[in-house]
Amino acid sequence: MSGKIFVAHDALSGLLDDLSKKFKVWIPQMMDQASGHIAFGVYAPGKKPELTRRSRLSPKKILFPSMDTLFKFTYVKDPKDPVRYTIDLKESFDNGPTLVFGARPCDTRGFQTFDQVFLKGQYKDVYYERRRQNTLFATLVCQDSDTACFCSSVGSGPADMTGSDMAVIPIEGGYVIEGLTDAGRKLVETSGSAPSPEQAAAAEQMKRNTAALKIGEDDLTGYADDLTRRFTDMDFWREQVSPCITCGVCTWVCPTCYCFSITDEASGMSGERMRSWDSCMFYLYTLEARGHNPRPTKMERYRNRVGHKFSYFPKKYDGMVSCCGCGRCIRTCPVSIDIRKVVKELKETADDRA
Amino acid sequence: MTELNPYRPEMATVIEIVEETHNIRTLRVLLNDPEKMKAFSFQPGQVGQLSVFGYGESTFVINSPPTRRDYLQFSIMQAGEVAGRLHQLNVGDQIGVRAPLGNYFPYENMKGRDILFVGGGIAMAPLRTLLLFMLDNRKDYGDITLIYGARTPNDFCYTYEFDDWKKAGASLILTVDNEAPDWPHRVGVVPKVLAEEAPNPKNRIAVTCGPPIMIKFALAALKQLGYADEQIYTTLEKRMKCGIGICGRCNIGEKYVCIDGPVFSCAQLSAMLPEL
Repeated sequence: MSGKIFVAHDALSGLLDDLSKKFKVWIPQMMDQASGHIAFGVYAPGKKPELTRRSRLSPKKILFPSMDTLFKFTYVKDPKDPVRYTIDLKESFDNGPTLVFGARPCDTRGFQTFDQVFLKGQYKDVYYERRRQNTLFATLVCQDSDTACFCSSVGSGPADMTGSDMAVIPIEGGYVIEGLTDAGRKLVETSGSAPSPEQAAAAEQMKRNTAALKIGEDDLTGYADDLTRRFTDMDFWREQVSPCITCGVCTWVCPTCYCFSITDEASGMSGERMRSWDSCMFYLYTLEARGHNPRPTKMERYRNRVGHKFSYFPKKYDGMVSCCGCGRCIRTCPVSIDIRKVVKELKETADDRA
Repeated sequence: MTELNPYRPEMATVIEIVEETHNIRTLRVLLNDPEKMKAFSFQPGQVGQLSVFGYGESTFVINSPPTRRDYLQFSIMQAGEVAGRLHQLNVGDQIGVRAPLGNYFPYENMKGRDILFVGGGIAMAPLRTLLLFMLDNRKDYGDITLIYGARTPNDFCYTYEFDDWKKAGASLILTVDNEAPDWPHRVGVVPKVLAEEAPNPKNRIAVTCGPPIMIKFALAALKQLGYADEQIYTTLEKRMKCGIGICGRCNIGEKYVCIDGPVFSCAQLSAMLPEL
């Protein structure tokens, strides 16, 4: 069968070495041994991908850097009339061929949210688009769920290859890598040798078994109208969010949280217009110049976070929730707010009262 | 590969500045590229993002009408960093303009109707573009009445144009919040004057814009007078960054003020989540 290769554990470095000649290859790697902090970093010979433990941070920054230069500007004085000037403006794009190796299905699927907003709306985000077009995803069939994982609750699952160009399937002794898109197949075919029939069968079995797993108990789609009904019930929101310290880490670690700010950074006669990750959990996010704030407390702000993912987004995009079920917000929340519980209770308590 | 980058502003030059009040000034600007200026097309109610490079961008309505193309006009109240910087510009200074953005007043549906403008303070800016557009197409519309309020007699914008507006066929009712020496017009907040004037809702469209508290009571007064939700239009403002429906912050539920607005009918507003 074409479009598949087998890579033994001890041959993985060699494969990544080869790939990194053609691509900027990002792999999950150990950033801090003491705290077990795994995040995506650029592969260089000698670096080892962490493929058996989940990463604390998703690969979001690869297509959507936490700080990104939109353009640089320079005030250029007119030599003949020094009170006059022009502004020289240079856009910068950073979009070489890129490969994300070893992201989980939830990580890769997070970009589906970005695609809707950044590519399919009235205006196209050219910065994201260029990176997206130049990036391939080799996504790991996931064997490492914990109790915070809930990908199956949001219409996905641990073997969901939506948005992936290649599947990386762990089997005895190594990985079967399967091309899923034209670009993925082309890359796979030139990157190694085909698996043996036994290896191919083991990979198929592994995919089937993983696809059958249900990660997360409840279906968390279909809550759009429940949020609308619950919108003005401030007792509900107070109860859900009272421990929140509005630190914003839930949005920072979220693979689908895409909201950003745009600011200028300048020094002397030149500077940059940057975009940077922002968070709807922050007071300043919606604070208007004349002092009015439509979301003055954490209740309105958390309501927006849950609402955006489970109500507004599905209403706008054909039922699709903008949550990939990775569980990072649950794992990292310093006060243990569990978004699954909040979403479920949108409905449950509404029914109780009805 | 050259493609449209919606974040890239056009360079523009400030050609004229009008100091309207102690904290509002009007900038008249021209895009530096004459071809782009000539081709620039917009609709009444659409907005622009103005850049002062090094300080950022902020959203303002294009308050000149599409029927007058000598320049693009923006009126800016001093509030916030970018607005503060816009207040320091001189004629000849360079700004960035990303425009037009957002939706516009559905003036086609208003043809043949009487029009009532209800405005307060700086929010006269979005009304001005539609008012002048209608005055420049005077025969398309019936009676045009403007109720325009400000805190004090010194807080009105465009006072130098009032006579022109009247000559072109608009009735003006001016009001200030409190009694002031030598003030010959009405006294009282806009919703109160609106209730006193009680313009008949029959075949009339009301367009209102002002600070949130004024809008709230103006909408109540209009409904009291018998205006249906479909007869009332207003413009909303929110903190914005991208202005193109991507960055996420100006949402009210699934609607984005930057691309689904800023113009909304009262009927649309009633169907939206209450998070103004």
